[in-house]
Order: sequence, then C-alpha cells, then structure tokens
Amino acid sequence: MSISPGYAFLMVVVMSVVIMGQRATPFFLFTKGTPKAIDYIGQALPPAVMAMLIIYCLKNVSLTSFPFGLPEFLSIAFVGIVHLWKHNNLISILGGTILYMFLIQVVFS
Amino acid sequence: MKKAIKAAFPHTIPILLGYLSIGIPFGLLLENAGYNALWAFFMSLVIFSGSMQYLAVGMMATGLGLVEVAMMSFLVNVRYMFYGLSFIERFSKMGWKKYYMIFALTDETYSLLCSVKAPKGVDEDKFILCIAALNHSYWIVGSIIGALAGSLITFNSAGMDFAMTALFLVIFLDQWRDYPTHIPALLGIAATLLALFIFGGENLALPAMLFILILLFIGRTPIQKRLVFQPLQDEKETIQMEQEVS
Repeated sequence: MSISPGYAFLMVVVMSVVIMGQRATPFFLFTKGTPKAIDYIGQALPPAVMAMLIIYCLKNVSLTSFPFGLPEFLSIAFVGIVHLWKHNNLISILGGTILYMFLIQVVFS
Repeated sequence: MKKAIKAAFPHTIPILLGYLSIGIPFGLLLENAGYNALWAFFMSLVIFSGSMQYLAVGMMATGLGLVEVAMMSFLVNVRYMFYGLSFIERFSKMGWKKYYMIFALTDETYSLLCSVKAPKGVDEDKFILCIAALNHSYWIVGSIIGALAGSLITFNSAGMDFAMTALFLVIFLDQWRDYPTHIPALLGIAATLLALFIFGGENLALPAMLFILILLFIGRTPIQKRLVFQPLQDEKETIQMEQEVS
C-alpha cells in the first residue's frame, strides 16, 4: 500500500457519496409528483436498459478471432429457446450458464 | 420478514452466481493491491458497484486526487441517475426502506425489480427490500471470500458471470412478451449498438444511456400512444360494472 490508510478511506467515502448521489438524483429532483414526461421515461426505460445491459455484457466478445463469439451465440440461443419453451427463469439462466462454462472451458478452450 | 426472504431468494439465485463470480476476483485483486478483507467488506458495503470497485483497486494502489476520484466515479456510473426514474412512485410509500432501496439500485437489482412481483400473501415492500438486501449480501460475501481465500480457490469458475448476461436476456424476453409495444426495446438495441460503433466498448454506458433517452424522447408520441398496459382485472370489472349501471 503506497498511500496512507486514512487517504484510502477518504477515496472510498468519495466514491460512495458520488454513487449514492447518482442513485438518489431522480428522487431529489421529483419530490412533488413526477412530470408526465418523466413518468413516460420511467415506463419506457426498462426494456431499453435491458437491451443495453445485454450488449454491455457482450462488448468484449471478438467476432474476428477464435472462437468468433460462438460460445456466446450458442449459450444465448439456448437461453432464449429454453425460456420461450419453459418460461422458467432459473432453468434458462442456470442451464445457459452451465452450457457457457462448458463451452469456454472444454469445447473452445 | 421470513416469508419475504423465502419468496425473494429464488429470484436472486442468478445474482448470487453472478455476484460471487465477479465479487471473488475483486476481493483477490484488492488483497493483491495491499488491502485486506476488512477493506473489501467496507467497500462492498458502502459502494456496491462492480465496475466502480474494480476501478477503485487501481486508484487505491497508486493514489489519485479526490476530485479525480469523484469525477471517475461520476462518469463510470452515470446510468444510475436514470434507474430511479422507474421507481419514484413505488419507493415513495416505503418509509425508511426507501433510502436503502435507492442506495442498493444496481443494474441487477434494477432488472429484477422491473420483472418480479411479490407472490400472494407476501408484503410487496418487504419482498423487494429482501431482493435488494440479498443481492447486497452476495456482493459483500463474494468480495470477502476473494480477499480471504481467493488464491486458494481451484474451482474453475471461468464463464460463471454469464449468469448475469442470461438474467438480462431472460428479463428482456419477458418484457418483450409483456410490453404492449416493442419500440423501446428496439431503440435500446439501436442506441447501444450506435454507441458501441462510435465510442467502442470501454466507454459504452454513458453514450448508450444518452442515446436511449434522446431516442425515447424523439419517439415519445408514437410510443406513449402504444404504451397503454392492459387494465388490471379489477379495473376491467369496475369498468364493466359502470357500463352496466349506465
């Protein structure tokens, strides 16, 4: 540790305060009822954010070098098909994760 | 409360896998940077953000001005400023629990709250509080395990973090089925891909979030017209009764 524990502590506090402030921003801004435009954003946002998070998770996958995103593609297809078929979050997610681990550790290692 | 924990736990299992698989390496990195498990506990308790804490390891190893730390934290997590928009109403009636819910609104907790409902007979407020607190505890425990014993773990967990991708995908599919319009989902894909091509993967979140908001505002009129959810059963009955009366 090249910096003092006191200073490291301060760094953590600063990060914590900034992030808490960000998470609380909408609640500070709209204390007296929400404008219609904000209601609309709040409703329309979740599917758009899910799309963003999925792509965010996959941002480091390379399509031009081995294994060309195949483990991700196969696992995602598996999750999608099983989910549309069984409608059970746990089965889809656990199954997809086990498949993905098998693919990157054994098949495409 | 026991009932709420029991009802919430199954929904959080994917997060348990995901948080352990990114929390443990975080604790290990932190330990290697010279900070013990107590630090891992403290950071996971008060920051509760994966991307931030990974960045923090580097910053705390070499030291950095507090203003720079604040700026980095802000830029890495701008998306958090918008998650609350979906829960202003829902959290407002929760009393003291509201403050914890706001603090614990991570990507994963946000996603779960968008998709789950308390089962019958379980208090909705307690249910979502348990979801947030369980997720938080997984994150704390994961980072402590990493700091204490990360180097002893021989189980090959590579790829376990795919649980998070799968979770987001499953919620995306459910929303695709339940939402009266697919435009917001499609705009989300378009906006994020656009941000990816222009800014690359490293700085994806901020521009993607801004593009999403801009596109949602541009498309407000047609989206809002279609964004009318089917009235709930009792509302339908009330409407029917009113019609019969008249």
